[in-house]
Amino acid sequence: MKLKLYFLLIILALGAKIHAQNADNQHYHDLAQQHDDHSGHSHEGHNHDGHDHSGHDHAAPAATSEPNVAPAAHSEQEAHGEFDAKETAFHHISDLNVYSIGPWNFPLPCILYAPDQGWSFFSSSKFGIDDHHHGSGHYAYDRYVLNMGRVMRVTDPTFPMGKVEIGGFGSEEKEMNGKKKSVDLVSFQGRMLPLDKASTADGGLFDGGITSFYDFSISKNVLAMLLVMALLAWVFFSMARHYKKAPGTAPVGAQKLFEPIILFLQDEVAKPFIGPKYTQYMPLLLSLFFFVLGLNLFGQIPFLGGANVTGNLAVTMVLAVLVFIVVNLKGNRHYWQHILWMPGVPAGVKTIITPIEILGIFIKPVTLMLRLFANITAGHIVIIIFISLIFIFGKSGENVGAASGAAVGSILLTLFMMTIELLVAFIQAYVFTLLTASYIGAATEEHHDHGHEDAHH
Amino acid sequence: MDSMILLAMDFSPIKPTFGLLFWTSLIFILFWVIVGKLAFKPIIQALNDRAGSIQESLDAAKTAREEMKNMKSENERIMAEAREEKMRIIREAKESANILIAEAREKAKEEAQRIVTNAKNDIENAKKAALVDVKNQVGAMAVDIAEKVIRQNLRDDSSQQDYIKRLVDDLNTN
Repeated sequence: MKLKLYFLLIILALGAKIHAQNADNQHYHDLAQQHDDHSGHSHEGHNHDGHDHSGHDHAAPAATSEPNVAPAAHSEQEAHGEFDAKETAFHHISDLNVYSIGPWNFPLPCILYAPDQGWSFFSSSKFGIDDHHHGSGHYAYDRYVLNMGRVMRVTDPTFPMGKVEIGGFGSEEKEMNGKKKSVDLVSFQGRMLPLDKASTADGGLFDGGITSFYDFSISKNVLAMLLVMALLAWVFFSMARHYKKAPGTAPVGAQKLFEPIILFLQDEVAKPFIGPKYTQYMPLLLSLFFFVLGLNLFGQIPFLGGANVTGNLAVTMVLAVLVFIVVNLKGNRHYWQHILWMPGVPAGVKTIITPIEILGIFIKPVTLMLRLFANITAGHIVIIIFISLIFIFGKSGENVGAASGAAVGSILLTLFMMTIELLVAFIQAYVFTLLTASYIGAATEEHHDHGHEDAHH
Repeated sequence: MDSMILLAMDFSPIKPTFGLLFWTSLIFILFWVIVGKLAFKPIIQALNDRAGSIQESLDAAKTAREEMKNMKSENERIMAEAREEKMRIIREAKESANILIAEAREKAKEEAQRIVTNAKNDIENAKKAALVDVKNQVGAMAVDIAEKVIRQNLRDDSSQQDYIKRLVDDLNTN
């Protein structure tokens, strides 16, 4: 696990360096423009190697210094410049409003809310998504545009409603409140207009925050969640039906697979950590385990888009908040007594312990949230980076020999990583469940030896 | 400075969108409530019931084995007792047979003794009767002789002597 986290840090640092170098440049990566002078450089990255993580190419933000990107015919995109592994990785682990499998981008329903515009419901196909690309749209719809697979909103109030053809996308660095901030731009009628990303609940901590609209779309992650949960629900309902129909018989079919897991979670996780009251928490623990495991595994299935669901902070945050609520609602007198006024400890020490214990209430779910997020995201990034080695060594198609050499090494490395990720999928689901059980156990434990302890002090 | 540049990158998974928060909560809570109640609870119930019934069966088998073992030892005990009883009966029969034989022998001896005694008594009685008879006859004879002697005496002395002699001879020959 550690190794992977280091990897993530290194990638982040590398990304930061590249970013710093480009910080002064405004850079644009246009959708449609034909660059005659560079037409010979149509890069090999367009040819998809079939792996979902590298299923579509990632031209770096083109290093052209052209300030304007004129709208042009929607022809095959021509990009030039170096391949940016960081951006590739970040694009792939993002939650998107299109579902990309290989070179195809499948549209998803958009449910958007802007306070000054109301609700908008439409399919992301309205954006005219270009296959063989990141999933950027050729059209704006009700001031919304699709940039790199994500819905953004034109903040300019003069921008027309309805379906409007747009040019390419770009980005620029802006100084805002003494902070450098990257702002996405869309080219429309020769002007570059700033775009707003969807509001996020990070409180500005990670450069997000409340913007001009909210995105409640059935995104890639939501669709993956719906699919996996529907599949699991079907499996468990049919299992339950069989148990009712033929009680006390030997397991058949899916029961053979899931029964040992359920029994393991019951006997090795719930019983030892929660104690005799474990039965009422079994549905929660099993739901958590199978939700996390199912989505961890789903994200690793090749050719299915590699949805990074459990590697999204929103998902792990919801799970952690639910665990937090359950633990603190079910916490008994002893639990709160231990937090607020630890028995059997001198009063001076209590004043130190109490704030720490109160912090601990929040730290526990936060670690749950971050552990799962970091592990799964790091796993996805590592695999994408290994695949990207082909393009890095191949100089985006210029050096086929180096690319072939790198492909061999990359496949071996990726196979190795995917095997580890398979293990990680189970370990993280198990760890999440185990820690949840231990937190619930600690909150609901009955202490019988208190009188005895108090007598000493 | 570095941290600011890090934050400037679009590392979107760390920025939880409201949509994903909403949908995750909805989907997970629905899964938890519906699948938890309608599938996980009955599955766990069924698994625990089955575990219970398996345990019961094992216990029952163990008890049955124990009982079998007890029954076997009981049978063996009964057999041993029967064997002992048989031996005892045989021994007693032998003893009683011996006693009977001894008794019979004793009785026979006694009977024989008694017969012998009776015979002796009879012999004695017969002897006595014979003696009495002899005495009577001898008396009669003596009387007879005496009568004859007396009669003879009356005629001749020598002739008397001869006569007595003849009488005694007669007596001897008889």
